[in-house]
Amino acid sequence: MIPPSFTYQRASSVDEALALAAEHGEDAKYLAGGHSLLPLMKLRFAAPAVLIDLGRLAELSYIRDEGTYVAIGALTRHHDIATSELLETEIPLLAHTAGAVGDPQVRHRGTIGGSAAHGDSASDLPAALLALDVTFVIRGVGRTRNVPAAEFFQGIFETALEPGELLTEIRVPKPASPKAWSFQKFTKRAIDWAIVGVAVQGGKVALINVATVPLRATATERALAAGASAAEAAARAAEGTSAGSDIHASKEFREHLTRVLVRRALEEAATRQ
Amino acid sequence: MSILGTRVIRTEDPRLLTAGGVYVDDLREPELAGAVRATFVRATVAHAKITGIDASAALEQPGVVAVLTAADMTDIPAPPPAEEPAADAPPPEVPMPMGGKWSEPLLATDTVRFVGEPVAIVLTDSTYQGEDAAELVSVDYDVLPAVASIDDALRDESILFPAAGTNVAVRGGRDTSDDSVFDGLDVVVEGDIVNQRVAALPMEGRATAAAWRDGKLTVWTSTQNAQISRLILTSLGLSPEQIRVVAPDVGGGFGAKIGVDRDSIVVAWAARHTGRPVRWTETRYENLTAMTQGRAQVHHIKIGGTRDGHIRAYRLEIVQDTGAYPRMGGFLPSLTCLMAPGVYDIPHVQADYTVVVTNAAPIAAYRGAGRPEAAATIERAVDWFAAAAGLDPVDVRKLNFIKKEQFPFVTKTGAPYDTGDYEAALDKVLAQADYARLRAEQRKRREHGDVRQLGIGISSYVEITAADATAGETARIDVHDDGTATVYTGSSAHGQGHHTAFAMLVTDELGIPMDKVEVVHGDTDLIPDGVGTYGSRSLQLGGSAVHKAAIEVKDEAAKRAASLFEARKADVVLDKATGAWHIAGDPDKSLTWAQIANAADGKTLTANVRFTGDRPTFPFGSQLSLAEVDTETGKVTLLRHVTADDAGPVLNPVLLEGQRHGGIAQGAAQALVEEILYDPDGNPLTSTLADYGAITATELPSFELLTSETGTDLNPLGVKGIGEAGTIGATPAVQNAVIDALAHLGVRHVDMPTTPERVWTAINEAALRAAREANAK
Amino acid sequence: MKVELTVNGKEFTADVEDRTLLVHLLRDAANLTATNIGCETTSCGACTVLLDGESVKSCTVLAAQADGREVTTLEGLAGDDGEMHPVQRAFHQEHGLQCGYCTPGMVMAIVSLLQENPSPSEADVRQGLEGNICRCTGYHNIVRAALSAAAATKGAGK
Repeated sequence: MIPPSFTYQRASSVDEALALAAEHGEDAKYLAGGHSLLPLMKLRFAAPAVLIDLGRLAELSYIRDEGTYVAIGALTRHHDIATSELLETEIPLLAHTAGAVGDPQVRHRGTIGGSAAHGDSASDLPAALLALDVTFVIRGVGRTRNVPAAEFFQGIFETALEPGELLTEIRVPKPASPKAWSFQKFTKRAIDWAIVGVAVQGGKVALINVATVPLRATATERALAAGASAAEAAARAAEGTSAGSDIHASKEFREHLTRVLVRRALEEAATRQ
Repeated sequence: MSILGTRVIRTEDPRLLTAGGVYVDDLREPELAGAVRATFVRATVAHAKITGIDASAALEQPGVVAVLTAADMTDIPAPPPAEEPAADAPPPEVPMPMGGKWSEPLLATDTVRFVGEPVAIVLTDSTYQGEDAAELVSVDYDVLPAVASIDDALRDESILFPAAGTNVAVRGGRDTSDDSVFDGLDVVVEGDIVNQRVAALPMEGRATAAAWRDGKLTVWTSTQNAQISRLILTSLGLSPEQIRVVAPDVGGGFGAKIGVDRDSIVVAWAARHTGRPVRWTETRYENLTAMTQGRAQVHHIKIGGTRDGHIRAYRLEIVQDTGAYPRMGGFLPSLTCLMAPGVYDIPHVQADYTVVVTNAAPIAAYRGAGRPEAAATIERAVDWFAAAAGLDPVDVRKLNFIKKEQFPFVTKTGAPYDTGDYEAALDKVLAQADYARLRAEQRKRREHGDVRQLGIGISSYVEITAADATAGETARIDVHDDGTATVYTGSSAHGQGHHTAFAMLVTDELGIPMDKVEVVHGDTDLIPDGVGTYGSRSLQLGGSAVHKAAIEVKDEAAKRAASLFEARKADVVLDKATGAWHIAGDPDKSLTWAQIANAADGKTLTANVRFTGDRPTFPFGSQLSLAEVDTETGKVTLLRHVTADDAGPVLNPVLLEGQRHGGIAQGAAQALVEEILYDPDGNPLTSTLADYGAITATELPSFELLTSETGTDLNPLGVKGIGEAGTIGATPAVQNAVIDALAHLGVRHVDMPTTPERVWTAINEAALRAAREANAK
Repeated sequence: MKVELTVNGKEFTADVEDRTLLVHLLRDAANLTATNIGCETTSCGACTVLLDGESVKSCTVLAAQADGREVTTLEGLAGDDGEMHPVQRAFHQEHGLQCGYCTPGMVMAIVSLLQENPSPSEADVRQGLEGNICRCTGYHNIVRAALSAAAATKGAGK
């Protein structure tokens, strides 16, 4: 219930955050909304000696129309993404998926950057981020680099972020047909983590919780591109996945759900257009 | 006009809604100033010998006052030697821990038998220090093979209690070996049904604070009965007079907070042992692994009858998983056996039980306590029978109901049902639900082969309340010289609204307005004698006691008034509308309650009573659940839930509805989403609220409640208990709905909880069966 | 470390461990015990308070993160004259509570919900409460209380 002791540091700028991270090295973790990290610390599964609080970096919370893409600051909260008129119009998949994360209280604190950086393959947002082919803008001491979504999620709680690097912005290309979207999240209870989740934007299909990372259903996408129907393409949706079995679902059931949900997502996206 | 039967919102609420309730962890009593905080060190393996406990690293931590284990408990008298029961003695059928070979220590001594079992207690200045220090207490275990299931237990290979030589703690019930009762029956169905282990999950977990001062131990604890808790605490070697137990606001109990359990006793002991006040509030992890849990029965049933739908014979064989310690003996499954035939007039009923221990949290009472298991299974069995006979489940129920004219009715299992009208309750529910239209909609969807199919689940149930009616309940009423009244009740509300209900009874009888009536409970200094709130007993026993006390106080007042008026007692009347006493026919010359009390000894009119009932009462009802099942994913959505739950005349519809709503939700939750799981090594898999499927508002519809009031003459109020009825009726209605949605696909049963994967698997297996049968032709 | 924040309209300062959770700051340092703790996994919502007017689960916010911010708990909801907030009043009228343990968090969650969605449907309310667990009421009357408070607030022209 109680996190192990740590030293709290508050960053007043991105540069200061990077400097603090460099100073403390492996002992430090960034704190954004805290709704991925603090639950782990309360169960004592994580015990960083130093927390660098990014919460006052208002300059990292924004949703900006940049013409061909929308730039979203890493510290933008799920609530703000879910209620953004710009996103509801231009990128409804993202607005809707952010609105499905957790519950209202969680969405008032959790951030898109914190969620992505945490690297949990069962999180909802990465499905949308993958299907939208976003680019992650990452700042390190003295450098900035961009990483495409396909390379960002690398393993269980592992992303492309190197120690000390800070995710500052997520660039979301505006889809050609914004309305051709769907997000299907399968749970036993509304509040549960997705047993399986699917995000569709046009011909792109992303899956969560069927592997150690969120991933694109490439066999399905290839089939669609080759002219297959939603049903035919969806039949291949579980290819390339490595779903696990746990108390919530077996591997076989997850694979079955993947196929069903992908088909439904494709059908829904088609009817929306 | 009487206030009874009218909608009265709760007097408890303004405080709870503005300042918040005061639960154990909120207490700021002066006696608890400077209290140390307790953190338990608990078993991390399910079955092991303890070979060493090393607290040295913990003791070096800042703020650590003490680390105590069983070895420190030399100041508690040893329990009296357990008497070996005679070889032919009937199995214990009261809720009592089985001592002797099966005895349960306070802190583990040489063996741990479930993950979460308390092994040591760490006392620190602050809560935050507690978790840090507890982590550093090192316990060495010699791991033993875990008994993680009923099957494991019955194999008797790994034995939890070597002195007992078996994992079978007790057997009981009636002989189930006579198969001749099924001879010649046209339709006989046999099968297995699981009533899975669930968590009691009150929102406030267990919490206890204790202080020892001037030879007296005061214990504040989240309990359903302070007086019983006090008696249990005498095991510390104290007399009842040396102990005061206070139940502050209690955040839910559902049966799991009856009395005090071992962790709380350890906290109380630690306060006496160290001389420092001690406070303990469990975490949700502790609550989901170490608080007692519910249900956990496996049933094998056989039901048979005639082709036209008459059920002639029913056999129920129960194996009760009681967890690591048989705290309730055979009590829970003995109630299941008693209520086995439910609402049906079945000529031959056989029911027996076997209780086994497993390396899991101990099982105790949880909302319904033995009766939900009976209802869930007989309602499945009746649906099986109806399906096998090709008859409508509604028709089969009506054909076999105990008829209204047959009451009072004693079942073949010996249950003395007082009153009932089962057919009327079912008809009410069917009418409200528009049953024919629902069946038509179901037919349409089946014909179209819709992905989303409808299921209609029916349950008709009866249950036993105030099973311990002869223990009764206490009440004392004081009317003060300022015209206010105080009611002291042995009942112990933890959400039920007794303060409002009992004040209504006093207002109704004495004409003292509600806002001048205070109700007090849960403090053994003020109420030394009482039984408590569980088993849906409080209104019929506690309320009847309040009623009886009110009558006595009124009589006392009449005598005083007569004396003051210098009249005969028979000429004195109370005008309940105004609360004024006067001579009949002469209303202008009156006395107030205040004036009469002022003239009484000690300026107080008082009555102190115990009300005992002769025997239990049997509320009943029907529930109908409408479920939509997505046959591609197995996901179940509850669309509607209609109930007619009958517990006799309704004292306060507001309170009644609340009890029914809450009961329905817990019943539906067991059918749909809740299950406590352990892995084959006895490690808990559902030890957080992220993993344990507590139902939320999103999964439930609003409920449709119908009124049905069939009274009883077993108490002056004519009431039965409603607290558990909603749960007992809801579980089978929901489970039956899910299965009904899939019946046309050949699905015959889905065990609870009816998770999407279980539903999907059932559909697949039915399809496979159908394919095999088609190929065989 | 020192934290300074506004709690229920009043300034509050405390010296706490860096790891102190906001819920413990409120309950122990500020002695506002209405807000309850029901779990360790951010699941149950019993600890819900308003942070700068929005519902948050105070068990998953560090006191440090609330430094310089405004927190409102159940105790701060009624008016200065003691008049109950429409949501509190609705809970009383509709029997939206039994044991009361989930209630402070439930009330604060609904206050925030109605601020963001003043005319919710029943489904909106039920979904909006997916992070608040109650074991006593079956949610039926809690939903009624939320809808009733919404109607009352709308009716009052707020």
